[in-house]
Amino acid sequence: MGKVRILIAKPGLDGHDRGAKVVARSLRDAGFEVIYTGLRQTPEAIVNTAIQEDVDAIGISILSGAHNTVFPAITGLLKEKGASDIVVFGGGVIPDEDIPFLLESGVAIIFTPGTSTEDVIKFVNEKITAKIH
Amino acid sequence: MSLADRAIAGEVRAAARLMRIADDRTGDYIQEMVKIWAHTGHARIIGITGAPGSGKSTLTDALITHYRSLGKSVGVAAVDPSSPFSGGAILGDRIRMATHANDEGVFIRSVATRGHLGGLSVSAMDIAAIFDAMGKDIIIIETVGVGQDEVDISSLADTCIVVVMPGAGDDIQAIKAGILEVADIFVVNKADRDGADRTARDLKTMLELGAKRVWMPPVVKTIALKKSGIEELAEGIALHSNYSDNEDKHFARLYHAALGLLKDRLVNSCFTPDRFRELLKTQGDPYSVTIKWLKNHGLEA
Ligand SMILES: Nc1nc2c(ncn2[C@@H]2O[C@H](COP(=O)(O)OP(=O)(O)O)[C@@H](O)[C@H]2O)c(=O)[nH]1
Ligand SMILES: [Mg+2]
Repeated sequence: MGKVRILIAKPGLDGHDRGAKVVARSLRDAGFEVIYTGLRQTPEAIVNTAIQEDVDAIGISILSGAHNTVFPAITGLLKEKGASDIVVFGGGVIPDEDIPFLLESGVAIIFTPGTSTEDVIKFVNEKITAKIH
Repeated sequence: MSLADRAIAGEVRAAARLMRIADDRTGDYIQEMVKIWAHTGHARIIGITGAPGSGKSTLTDALITHYRSLGKSVGVAAVDPSSPFSGGAILGDRIRMATHANDEGVFIRSVATRGHLGGLSVSAMDIAAIFDAMGKDIIIIETVGVGQDEVDISSLADTCIVVVMPGAGDDIQAIKAGILEVADIFVVNKADRDGADRTARDLKTMLELGAKRVWMPPVVKTIALKKSGIEELAEGIALHSNYSDNEDKHFARLYHAALGLLKDRLVNSCFTPDRFRELLKTQGDPYSVTIKWLKNHGLEA
């Protein structure tokens, strides 16, 4: 059977990627293949990578406050390249009042601080595993 | 148009999807791969192996830059291990190759071993074949690099590069234990660190003491992080192509792919653990079960 593949990216200029790594590890432990691209990826690079890797989903971790530009840029590029079937989800430091706009721009879900990794796994299983199996 | 046709025409999305079904062994991958294999045999396939952390991915990044500066298109299959517990994987080789993410002449694919031993995945040759059929000039395969079990890549790549680090006594042990025969080219990476000259010298001595060969593997010192020594490495790769039996290597790739398909059809589809357990109930021992099963399929045991 097919394996779920997920790209975990950490765009923006701010420092660490601890949160992204924790999510990556728990997704691996749940049996998914995680492509990890490291820090400071541009939306273009993230989308090109997602397409080359044929991932089912892109998980974006953002701490820098650039979420209102980064997320729409990614969903926009996916659309442009005919790859809107790739699910985009996000986490990090994102104020509640910005979430409706992000969902409107095509992001499937935003995990706010305090979300457990189990919730992320549950989301992937419901939204993606069910679809490809 | 089929995925294979679109991949052969150069379409990245179709090629990426085809790699996916070849890796998953789902969908119409067999029919698609039949088309792909008919378009292979043009690319130059370079294998890179060596212990984790020795700098394989960074070296791959530097080689990509080199070949791109010559106008050659590049495909990379970077293999990392799957977790034996969950079956999941973290594939992180791309981190070192991030500068090529927006270059249309570079296609990088992260691959998990999914239980295959020997440093590659079952699908590795299929993925290389898809790159080849897409028209990539150079294909680089970065193996897991678990240490001593890297024979797969040496028979499958046109040129096999073994990366070692300065002063790593363990590495030299591994070399003694048989990796000496695996390498077409040795790279002593991290030459910015102490002991690189000595490690290179030790390697050369060992090679000279070994069996006489038509092709004597050169030992190249690199600082992959600074892209230093890469010209010399590329020269070695180019030179080696005159000595390598590329037809032999291509044959080995076809055989690897064929075995992958056989295993999928035979083991994963017919001779599954569940089926085996059932047969075991009536036949008692593994040999009787297998012989009977083979006979039922018209095969001599
Ligand atoms: N000092 C030094 N570090 C290097 C060099 N090449 C790679 N590294 C570092 O070695 C680490 C492992 O490199 P990587 O390419 O991921 O190794 P791999 O596991 O063999 O693929 C990284 O932190 C690299 O930055 C080098 O030439 N000199
Ligand atoms: Mg690596």
